[in-house]
Amino acid sequence: MTRPEDILVPSPSGVCCKLGGFHIDPTRPVERAVITHAHSDHARAGHGAVLATQETLDLMRLRYGENFAGMTQAMAYGESVNLDGTKITLHPAGHVLGSAQVAVEANGLRVVASGDYKNVADPTCAPFELIRCDLFITEATFALPVFHHGDPDAEIGKLLHSLTLFPERAHLVGAYAIGKAQRVIALLREAGYRAPIYLHGAMQAVTDYYVKRGGALGELRLARGAGKTDLAGTITLCPPSALNDLWTRRFPDPLAAFASGWMRVRARARQQGVALPLVISDHADWNGLTATIAATGASEIWVTHGQEDALVHWCAARGLKARPLDIVGYGEEEEESADTAASEANALPLGAGIRDDGGA
Amino acid sequence: MNRFAELLDRLAYEPSRNNKLRLLTDYFRSTADPERGWALAALTGALSFPHAKPGLIRSLIAERADPVLFELSYDYVGDLSETVALMWPAAPANPSAERPEDELSLTRVIETLATLGKTQLPRQLAQWLDALDETGRWALIKLVTGGLRVGVSARLTKAAVAALADQNAHHGNVPEINAREINAHDIEMIWPGLAPPYRELFAWLEGRADRPTSSDPAPFRPPMLAQALDDADLSGLNATDFKAEWKWDGIRVQAVAGKQDGYPAGALIKRLYSRTGEEISKSFPDLLDSLRLPGAIDGELLIMRGGRIQTFNVLQQRLNRKTVTAKLMAEFPAHLRAYDLLADGDEDLRERPFAERRTRLETFVARLAEPHIDLSPLIDFHRWDELIAARKNPAAWGAGADAAAVEGVMLKRRDALYLPGRPKGPWWKWKRDPFVIDVVLMYAQRGHGKRSSFYSDYTFGVWTRGEQGDELVPVGKAYFGFTDEELSQIDRFVRRNTVERFGPVREVVHEADRGLVVEVAFEGLQRSSRHKSGLAMRFPRISRLRWDKPPAEADRLDRLEAMLRRIEQGHLEGQTA
Repeated sequence: MTRPEDILVPSPSGVCCKLGGFHIDPTRPVERAVITHAHSDHARAGHGAVLATQETLDLMRLRYGENFAGMTQAMAYGESVNLDGTKITLHPAGHVLGSAQVAVEANGLRVVASGDYKNVADPTCAPFELIRCDLFITEATFALPVFHHGDPDAEIGKLLHSLTLFPERAHLVGAYAIGKAQRVIALLREAGYRAPIYLHGAMQAVTDYYVKRGGALGELRLARGAGKTDLAGTITLCPPSALNDLWTRRFPDPLAAFASGWMRVRARARQQGVALPLVISDHADWNGLTATIAATGASEIWVTHGQEDALVHWCAARGLKARPLDIVGYGEEEEESADTAASEANALPLGAGIRDDGGA
Repeated sequence: MNRFAELLDRLAYEPSRNNKLRLLTDYFRSTADPERGWALAALTGALSFPHAKPGLIRSLIAERADPVLFELSYDYVGDLSETVALMWPAAPANPSAERPEDELSLTRVIETLATLGKTQLPRQLAQWLDALDETGRWALIKLVTGGLRVGVSARLTKAAVAALADQNAHHGNVPEINAREINAHDIEMIWPGLAPPYRELFAWLEGRADRPTSSDPAPFRPPMLAQALDDADLSGLNATDFKAEWKWDGIRVQAVAGKQDGYPAGALIKRLYSRTGEEISKSFPDLLDSLRLPGAIDGELLIMRGGRIQTFNVLQQRLNRKTVTAKLMAEFPAHLRAYDLLADGDEDLRERPFAERRTRLETFVARLAEPHIDLSPLIDFHRWDELIAARKNPAAWGAGADAAAVEGVMLKRRDALYLPGRPKGPWWKWKRDPFVIDVVLMYAQRGHGKRSSFYSDYTFGVWTRGEQGDELVPVGKAYFGFTDEELSQIDRFVRRNTVERFGPVREVVHEADRGLVVEVAFEGLQRSSRHKSGLAMRFPRISRLRWDKPPAEADRLDRLEAMLRRIEQGHLEGQTA
């Protein structure tokens, strides 16, 4: 009888499918990689061949340049390929644009590696699709019962309220460059905010790409071109690391906000010098994780990156076989943003995509 | 409660002192009595609810959450109140529960708690927690368990209250307030005579009443603290402007005696206060008897045995006892080494220069003629190089046999007034150089509070010969001394080099050629049977990360043992590695 371990095995550099001869989200260069999404801790450059959604491949190209992999193969959601006796299918993970769960089937057994995921609505990406399986590999970024992300609209309301309280201050919103920034912009537009939204240069290329893929985000401008007085009472999206950077000096009395699930914990907000924490996350919260695990029907759960212990405990209490995977290198999106912040100086002038769709 | 919770929430995130003051003053101005008075009491630590222990909060959450998940969450969040506030399950809709418009005030919470029996407390608290949102729950738990910890000191709060008078002075309707600006210091002066909810204080500040008078015959006076001196500071200072004393390694106390009205002549109220104003008289009855003259002495509490001041290690053995027995007092006799006189009889000396206070102190101590109270001697120096030599070798510069209890020198300007707080310039403390050794990181644990989610508590070891060759033996723990940047570097190292996990503790790689060497600074060493190494360090902290050094080159236990022998022989000077 085939066991899940016969299909996938954890290794320090990521989950490996020996049968199919590929890794999922490997943290070191490998011959064949299936990539769940474009965040740098999951999508690294230098693999021989990469299989992913078109959006993930495009975003990787934006980050790493044309030659980020020997060869690439794009797959749409729901499409399947066969690799040496295994069948691979990608399904939406609801995390960011192009994010996918990887379903691997062999000998009548189905394993799903979810990558990062969230099971709540996001105007900037396809909704999470639940796949029933025998083994489910889940993330555990917010796997503690203190994490309840709540209603993102209420958090956007806090930001808009602060704008009316401090109309003389520039509101800087720290947000990861891929996904979070565009989601915050989309949520602001849904809440009826019509004013131009300013961007840090590091946000530009990705935001441009989101707009091109059909997500109208209203009028966007680069903060770099704006005068100090023009920025009073405006919203600017920037990488989190830029919040405490010299870069903020161009703004009048800047107020630091940060859109992240980490903002639920006070100490985390304070460590980052955040005055306005906004609990908006692209990961599932505690209830989201546990509800999803239960709904997959999987009898075995592997838990990776984050608070593995709590989720393993929760599974065990429900009679599910569960184990933590010690894969080094995931969950460092925050560090990723430090690189992108530094790159503003090299950013290109305002892209055509932004201008074309401005005000739409 | 909601407004108070909102205030605490905003204060907790506000980094700027001025903005904190603004938030506080706005709150006190726009909130009515007695609500604001109770808030003032809560923020200055004047309230305590003896039955509301953290244990009660824990048991409330234990009835509602999986214990393992609670412990993991608490370990991560790093703050009990916050963990419980976040984990508290959403209350089921209950028609008999308080209606939302029926707002729970801070006053109602405090008044209810004042009369509530211990057995009714858990139910009442749970009911309030059900009714509040996350921020409200967090504030309520902080309030009842004591310790709001929102980055606001009692003094800052008093400054914010004092600012209420500014607004009033602008209206120009109270001559007294116009004549003199009211600041935190003025409030400190009358504070001992006030009680929550401080109606008379607010009335005075808002120009509706006279200044409240303090009737306490033996009040605590806010102490003056010294700035730390860097070697570089010295060149900008003039030696002739200063007097110098030894910095004693004991606990700072204020010994106050005052005449009580209506008592027979000669009867004095006697009190001993800690540096923070906590009354510690009950712990030191042997010293209290010696306060025979009305006045207020600022000094160091030490243990004197056989005419010799004992080290802090000895003092600690007396401090940690709950009950003070005759045997304990005989074995650890309390001694007050006086270095300042704040009041002589009814006369307040704080506005006099230090040189004059010192002369008054010498006379006062001589008049007392008590064996348990003596003067902290001045160091005889005229030039900085002499003081530098004295700091290196206290025994040869007058400290004699007491040198083991000296932890540096104090510099006080001759013209320094006694100013509460830590003014920069008049008083300096100049600690002796610490000891340093190179150790290997062995275990790391996640920190609490500001450090939660970072591996910031480190257990480290040095090499010693074991049964199978050289092995590392743990010699101490450190959880500060590093910069934020260094913390994130160590945190990353820990996460990437974990060899085993024990709950919140991670064992990190520590082999001869793989591992992290850190330089640890510490103030002293003592023998300890509780540690496998047989040693315990005092005040250890990380002073430098030695990414450049292979673990095999870290220090050995022999070196610490040699240091300990030198310390025990009275050779105290620290040394650089």
